Amino acid sequence: MESLVARAGWWLVALLAAVVMFANALDTGFAVHMAIFALAALSGLVISLRGANYKLASAGFKPAVDPSRYDDDLIRWGVILTTFWGCVGFLVGLFIALQLAFPVLNLGIEYTTFGRLRPLHTSAVIFAFGGTALVSTSFYIVQRTCRTRLALPSLARFVFWGYQLFIVLAATGYVMGVTQGKEYAEPEWYVDLWLTAVWVAYLAVFVMTLVKRSEPHIYVANWFFLSFILTVALLHLVNNANMPVSLFGSLSYPLWAGVQGALVQWWYGHNAVGFFLTAGFLAMMYYFVPKQSGRPIFSYRLSIVHFWSLIFLYIWAGPHHLHYTALPDWAQTLGMVFSVMLWMPSWGGMINGLMTLNGAWDKVRTDPIIRMMVFSLAFYGMSTFEGPMMSIKSVNSLSHYTDWTIGHVHSGALGWNGMITFSAIYYLAPRLWNRTRMYSLRMINWHFWLATLGIVLYASSMWVTGIMEGLMWREYGADGYLVNSFAETVAAKFPMYLLRAFGGVLYLSGALIMAFNVWQTIAGNLRQETPLRSADHDPARDVPLAAVPAE
Amino acid sequence: MANNKRIDEPTGIETVGHEWDGIEELNNPVPRWWLITLYLTVIFALGYVVIYPAVPLANGGTQGLWGWTSRGQLAQEMAAGAASRKAATDAIAGMPLDQLVKDEKLLQLAIAGGSAAFKQNCVQCHGSGAAGSVGYPNLKDDDWLWGGNANEIELTLNHGIRAADDPATRTSLMPSFGKDRILNPAQVGDTAAYVLSLSGKHPKDAAATRGAAIFAVNCVACHGTDGKGLRQFGAPNLTDAVWLYGGKPDQVSASIHKARAGVMPAWNKKLDPVTIKMLAAYVHSLGGGEDFTTATSAPARGSPGNAQTK
Repeated sequence: MESLVARAGWWLVALLAAVVMFANALDTGFAVHMAIFALAALSGLVISLRGANYKLASAGFKPAVDPSRYDDDLIRWGVILTTFWGCVGFLVGLFIALQLAFPVLNLGIEYTTFGRLRPLHTSAVIFAFGGTALVSTSFYIVQRTCRTRLALPSLARFVFWGYQLFIVLAATGYVMGVTQGKEYAEPEWYVDLWLTAVWVAYLAVFVMTLVKRSEPHIYVANWFFLSFILTVALLHLVNNANMPVSLFGSLSYPLWAGVQGALVQWWYGHNAVGFFLTAGFLAMMYYFVPKQSGRPIFSYRLSIVHFWSLIFLYIWAGPHHLHYTALPDWAQTLGMVFSVMLWMPSWGGMINGLMTLNGAWDKVRTDPIIRMMVFSLAFYGMSTFEGPMMSIKSVNSLSHYTDWTIGHVHSGALGWNGMITFSAIYYLAPRLWNRTRMYSLRMINWHFWLATLGIVLYASSMWVTGIMEGLMWREYGADGYLVNSFAETVAAKFPMYLLRAFGGVLYLSGALIMAFNVWQTIAGNLRQETPLRSADHDPARDVPLAAVPAE
Repeated sequence: MANNKRIDEPTGIETVGHEWDGIEELNNPVPRWWLITLYLTVIFALGYVVIYPAVPLANGGTQGLWGWTSRGQLAQEMAAGAASRKAATDAIAGMPLDQLVKDEKLLQLAIAGGSAAFKQNCVQCHGSGAAGSVGYPNLKDDDWLWGGNANEIELTLNHGIRAADDPATRTSLMPSFGKDRILNPAQVGDTAAYVLSLSGKHPKDAAATRGAAIFAVNCVACHGTDGKGLRQFGAPNLTDAVWLYGGKPDQVSASIHKARAGVMPAWNKKLDPVTIKMLAAYVHSLGGGEDFTTATSAPARGSPGNAQTK
């Protein structure tokens, strides 16, 4: 009873604080956000009061929990919300791709201009889709690989729902134009503070669960999850060191100015890629690939070497976003050479993932989920080769500011992050709702091919248009003068913009098929369908690659 | 743990002996090619760090063996570009525009340079094809507000139009007849009707007749009794089909109600004289450039040059 009163009291305090902030708000964006905070606190209050078991509380004992089962409620919500945010993020992405081809789609109102919808897209796919997937899978994986329930289950609920509140605040903020203007770190100071609270709680839940594990060793996936949680906390704190103009307004100014601000921003931006989109998703890969294929991890030693080299090298690579700028030459050089050295450590994850399939390669033919994982790792390998290459100054002088960068990012995001998340969802859904399998395997196959074709169209059209654009910008005539105006280079990209948008249509349709498939699986339906056709398995030809020992 | 080691049957490799939720790990070594490539990238990085500026020190960073800087590379490339153009720009600099337009070979070089400068500085308003848009004149036709020979174009480029920071700028100001209550709304409409009747876009009806009287009192000082404009004031010709701010009745009424007074920057603040001369040659070459006999800055009323322009 005491804990109930305390909990309700905290929600009430939060509610009152939000109402006071709302009443004093200096701008509309801040007022709307405080109203959202107040609504969240109110729902917290109602839920904690309604969910209370007064009878048990008055009797003075706690209900017994079954220690043999894992804490999976949040993860079920996570699968649903990951699917939902994915579809939203892809839809907004498709819309802004069409805006680039047809500017009339800006619709002439501030809320729907490209400048406001673009951060909505990037945050929806990275932080809403990717972030929800990371939080849910980390809770799923850490419990199973530690053979223990989540430590601090109430705090875990706060982490999960608090993170969803962060997503809603960020998304509504972008549309209203509330932004601190830092790419991938757009939310303003009070949303940053909220995320800090959520993230510290996340770290506490994760570390405490590791501490109470019933396994002697910590599994490699958990190393990656821990490095992701720790580093993102550090990045978030440093890059969002802002001073609010007023405690009742949304505007704030950064502590870092000029080129120092740019360096901090890209140290953050690049490591968001490195620790959010690489380390976090490698953790997912290290669990779901061996589980789905039923094979042991290829090399324990490789996982150690590539983990430490990856996290040591990644953190220095950010300056390659600022080649040929006011950033001192020495810092540009270091950003470049650390990026080049990052190539093999990145590939270590790909090797360990792909070679884990040794002895199970036949499943690429028969299991569309395995096929998705292989494809995801292949795209991971491609974009982690492309990244170091583009960080080389002479390549960067052609590629920087062009659509090549957009193509590079999307081959990683759609190929690696998207596909590994889809396969994780397909792995989780039947297990979390106790179904024998997904509603339809054939739909997974459709999803695989739609997504694959979509990525290929997207990435190749952006490579072509990016290189074309870079060459047109630097084209000098025989008379010694520039040949093209900027507007001409934009006009030349139009056909490729259409092709890119078509790739987006395919990718989005695949995700919608997945959403339907997940929904039917949760509803308990099994589609009666003929099994996927596959060639007969010939064990004699299915021979693993021989390992070559290192010196 | 060590006693949990077993040989993995499909690969024949020993496991490490750990197991988590059914996941085991093989004791494969790190692939040799992987390790060698990693070492090669490290060697490349070390070499690069020695050759290029790389190590931060108390005052700046190390210079690197080759003494390369990004500013130095830019200066070098700019100097090389300028050197390749030097012969042409020197010749153009030494030749007045009225002679340049007669020197076919040099004129082509000037037009090429002007075209490049136009793409960087002018397309934002006049469009990449120089065809302009509402409020920004089309430079390809033969309709000139302030004069269309190469010298007049150069003057406009140098000093701009209504450029606040240049005392020598071209300037004039049409009154806002409606906004400042010089004319009432009905009179504005009548004047618009008359102005449009000059180019046959409105019948010569009662409104146009009333407008003619208002025009005679208020407008002829700049636009001329025949409405054909006066370049001295940049006053457009109202009898042709070219309308900078639109030729629909409500658009013309709007221009009478509140004057437009478009602005162009004085480019001599930003560009060097040769570039401006080349720009003048380029704009002059676009289709409507006038030769030096047709018009001067202040043409006599009804001269042939004036008749074709507004």
